[in-house]
Amino acid sequence: MAESGVPRVPPVPRVPFVFDDAQRQLRDMVRKFCADNFGATAAHRPLESGELYDAGTWHRLGSELGVLAMAVPESDGGAGGCLVDQAVAVEEFGAALAVGPLFGTVYLAIPALVACRPGPARDGLLSVLADGRRTAAFAVADFAGAFDPDRVTVTVEGGRLTGTARQVVDATGAEVILFAANGSDGTGLYAVESADLERTPLVTMDPTRPQSTVTLRGAPARLLAGPEDAGRVINHALRVGAVLLAVEQVGAAQHLLDLSVEYAMSRLQFGRQIGSFQAVKHRLADMFVDLEHARSTAYHAVWALTDGSDDPALAASIAQATCSAAFSRIAADTIQVHGGIGFTWEHQAHQYFKRAATDAALLGTAEQHRSRVAELVLDTAIAHSGAISVATGRP
Amino acid sequence: MPAGFHSDFSGPLTGAFPGANGAGRDYGRGYGDDMSSAGDAGRVADLARAVVAEHDPKEVPVIEFLGACYDAGLAWVHFPEGLGGLGVSRGLQSVADRVLQGAGGPVPLGLNPMGYGMAAPTVREHAQSEEFKRSLLRPLATTEHIWCQLFSEPGAGSDLAGLATSAVLDGDPATGSQQWVINGQKVWTSLAHKSRWGLLLARSDPDAPKHKGLTYFVIDMHGPGVECRPLRQITGQAEFNEVYITDARIPDAYRLGAVGDGWRVAMTTLMNERSALGASGSRRGSGTIADAVELWAARPDLHTPVLRDRLSQLWLRAEAQRLTSERSRAAATAGDPGPEGSIGKMVGAELNQHIYEFCMDLLGPEGILYHSYAMHGANPDGDWRGPIQQRYLRSRANTIEGGTSEVMRNILGERVLGLPGDLRADAGIPWKDIPRG
Repeated sequence: MAESGVPRVPPVPRVPFVFDDAQRQLRDMVRKFCADNFGATAAHRPLESGELYDAGTWHRLGSELGVLAMAVPESDGGAGGCLVDQAVAVEEFGAALAVGPLFGTVYLAIPALVACRPGPARDGLLSVLADGRRTAAFAVADFAGAFDPDRVTVTVEGGRLTGTARQVVDATGAEVILFAANGSDGTGLYAVESADLERTPLVTMDPTRPQSTVTLRGAPARLLAGPEDAGRVINHALRVGAVLLAVEQVGAAQHLLDLSVEYAMSRLQFGRQIGSFQAVKHRLADMFVDLEHARSTAYHAVWALTDGSDDPALAASIAQATCSAAFSRIAADTIQVHGGIGFTWEHQAHQYFKRAATDAALLGTAEQHRSRVAELVLDTAIAHSGAISVATGRP
Repeated sequence: MPAGFHSDFSGPLTGAFPGANGAGRDYGRGYGDDMSSAGDAGRVADLARAVVAEHDPKEVPVIEFLGACYDAGLAWVHFPEGLGGLGVSRGLQSVADRVLQGAGGPVPLGLNPMGYGMAAPTVREHAQSEEFKRSLLRPLATTEHIWCQLFSEPGAGSDLAGLATSAVLDGDPATGSQQWVINGQKVWTSLAHKSRWGLLLARSDPDAPKHKGLTYFVIDMHGPGVECRPLRQITGQAEFNEVYITDARIPDAYRLGAVGDGWRVAMTTLMNERSALGASGSRRGSGTIADAVELWAARPDLHTPVLRDRLSQLWLRAEAQRLTSERSRAAATAGDPGPEGSIGKMVGAELNQHIYEFCMDLLGPEGILYHSYAMHGANPDGDWRGPIQQRYLRSRANTIEGGTSEVMRNILGERVLGLPGDLRADAGIPWKDIPRG
C-alpha cells in the first residue's frame, strides 16, 4: 500500500486497467455464486423475513470462495492477493445487490485491521472476519470520507468505552464493532464485542444496508491501534472503503444499464422498440458514458492504492465524486427508461435506486469529494504568466 | 460505420479539436510496442537512427528529412517495402517516431493531416497500380503534396451517403482513355487552397440506393474546373473552404476502388482518421481543461464558490475521460479493445464547449471583447487557437465536425449498446427519388 508502515500486500499488478487471467476466473466464479445466491429477489428478504442476511451464504463467501479478505496476507487468514482482486469480487457483489455486511466488514473493518500493527487482538479478529465466521462494523464517523478527530463521540477510560455512535452501517448484526475513542493520551481504535454494547436498529431507505445507533456504557474494549497509529489506520480504511464502494457502484450501474438496454429492445410502443427512438437511445448513450467514466475512475483508484502510482487521497476522491454521481443518475434514468413499471415495488429498479442513494451518502458525498478535489487541484494551481491570452479589444 | 459518421469538417486534425484531453495534440501513432516482434523493433529503431544520423532533422529541410524517412520505410512501417513501409507491425510506428521526433524531426501528421491520416492508407489499399501508388505516396510523405478531403456537401452533412456531386463516365473504353466528368460543390474542406490532391467521393449512379451509387477518386486540385473559395466562419477566420467543381475531368486510372464501391472505400479513410485521433496519451490536467485552470489561477480576483464548483465538475469530467482513454489504450494494447474507446469524440467536444463557456462566465465583461475579425489576421500570441474568446467561438464546431453529437449518440446506442436503428425514410430507394432540401 502507498502509506509507509502499512504491511505491503503482494503481488503488485503490472499493467493498470488490465485484469489477468486469474482475476477473470475470479470474476466468473463470483458472478456465478451471486447469480445463485443474490439478486433482486434475495434482496427483498431482509424486509420480508426480518433476517438481515443469510449467515450460511456469508460464511461460504469467506471460507469456500475466500472472497471477503482477498487483499489480506495469507498469514493473516486472507487470500494473499491485492486490492485489485478484492475489487473484482466487489464489483460483482454490487451488480447482484449482494446482501450482507460487506460495507462494515469487507470495505472498512478488514482494511483497518490489515493496516494495524500485528498483535493478538488484531490477528485473531482478522482471521475470523476473513473466513466469514463473524462480521464487523466500523463505527468511526468520517467527514467527507476522511477521519475527523473532532467528531469522535466515544471516550475511553481504563480500557472501557463510553458514548454513542449514530447511524453505524452493518452494526445491527455485527459480532464486533470498531470504535475510535478519545483517551488521556489521544485517540485510539478499539474493538468491542456486540454482547457488551446496546444497539437500536434504524429503518433504512435501503433495507439491504442496515444501520443501528450504538451505545456504550463502560464497555470492555481491546486496543487495535494506539494514538500514534489510529489516524493513519482509520484514514487507510476510509480510503480503501471509498474505493471499494466506488467499485460496488460501478457493478450496480452496469447491471442497471444492461437492464435498461434490454427493456428498450423488448418494449414496443407506437409499433416500434422504444430503443429506436432517439430520445430513449440518447439517454442510454449518456448512461453508458457516465458508466464508463465511473469505471475508469474506480479502477484507477484501485490500482493507485495497490501500486502507489497516484496520490491515494486524490484518486479516491476522483472515484467517489464520479461514481456516486454516475450510479445515482443511472439509477434515476433506469426508472425513467422503464416508465411506469420502473416505479413499482415488483420491479428491481427501486432496490438499486435506494442502494444508489445510500452509497452516494456514505463515505463522503459526490459534492464533498468534489470539494476535496478542488482543494487538491484548483486551490493549489499556479498561473503561468502568458500561457493563455484573453483578448482585450485593443487592435 | 453507419451512414452519417464522417469527418471532413474536422479541419486540419491538429486544429479542429484542440485537445480535450490531449486528443489532437500528439501524433505518435503508437498502439503500444508490439513485444512479439522485438527483432523488428530493433530493426526499426536502427533504421530510424541511421536516418537521423545521415539527415539531421535540425539541419536539413523538412522535405529531405521526410523523404529519407519514406525511403527507409519509416513513413508507415506497416506499409509494404517500396511504399514508405517495411511490412512490419503497425505498433512499431511508435518506435520509429520516438527516434525521429526525439531527434527534432517534425510530426508529419500535423504537416499533412489528410495526407498522412487519410489519403495514404486509402491510396495504399485501393489505388489501381503500384506505379500510381508510388507516384502519389512519396510526395505525400515529404509534404510536397498536401492533400484534402472532398466529402461533405451543402446538402449532405450527417447524411454523407446522400451526396449529390456527380461523376459521369466519358470516352471510349476501347482506347483506354476513359475519364470521369465531375460536377458539384463540396464544403468544409480544410487545406483545399494548399492542396495538390483531393480525395473525392462522388455519385456515379443516381439510380442506385444512396450507399451503392458512390465512387471514390483522387482529383487534381490544380486542374481545370476546380475552384476553391475560403469559407468564413464564426471566429472571423477561414479555416475551411468551399470547392466548386465544374466539368472537371478525372482519368479512370485515378479511381480508388471499384465503380459503385465508394462508400466502402470511404470507410477505410474514416476508420483511419478515428484511430489517428485516439492513439495518444496525455498528462493529468492537460488539454483544454488546462486553459480553464490556468485562467482560474491567473484571476483570483474573479473567484466565486459557484464558479469553483463548476470548474471542479469540469476538471473531474476531463479527468474521467482522460482515464477512460488510458484504459481504452491499455485494453487495446492487451489485444482486447473495449467499447469505452467510442466515447472520446463526443465527450471531448461537449467538454470543450463547457470549458470555454466557463472561461467566458469567469471573465464577465472582459470576455465580450475580441482581438480581431480580420479574416487572415495572425493571432497575437502566436498560438493558432487564439485568445480565449476565439477558442470559445471555435468550440461551437466541436459538436458538429467529425460527426455531430447527435450522430455520435446514435453510434453509441446502436453500435455499442446494440439498440435498433431509427426508421429510415430513404432505405432501399434510388438516390434520385429521395427528397432533398
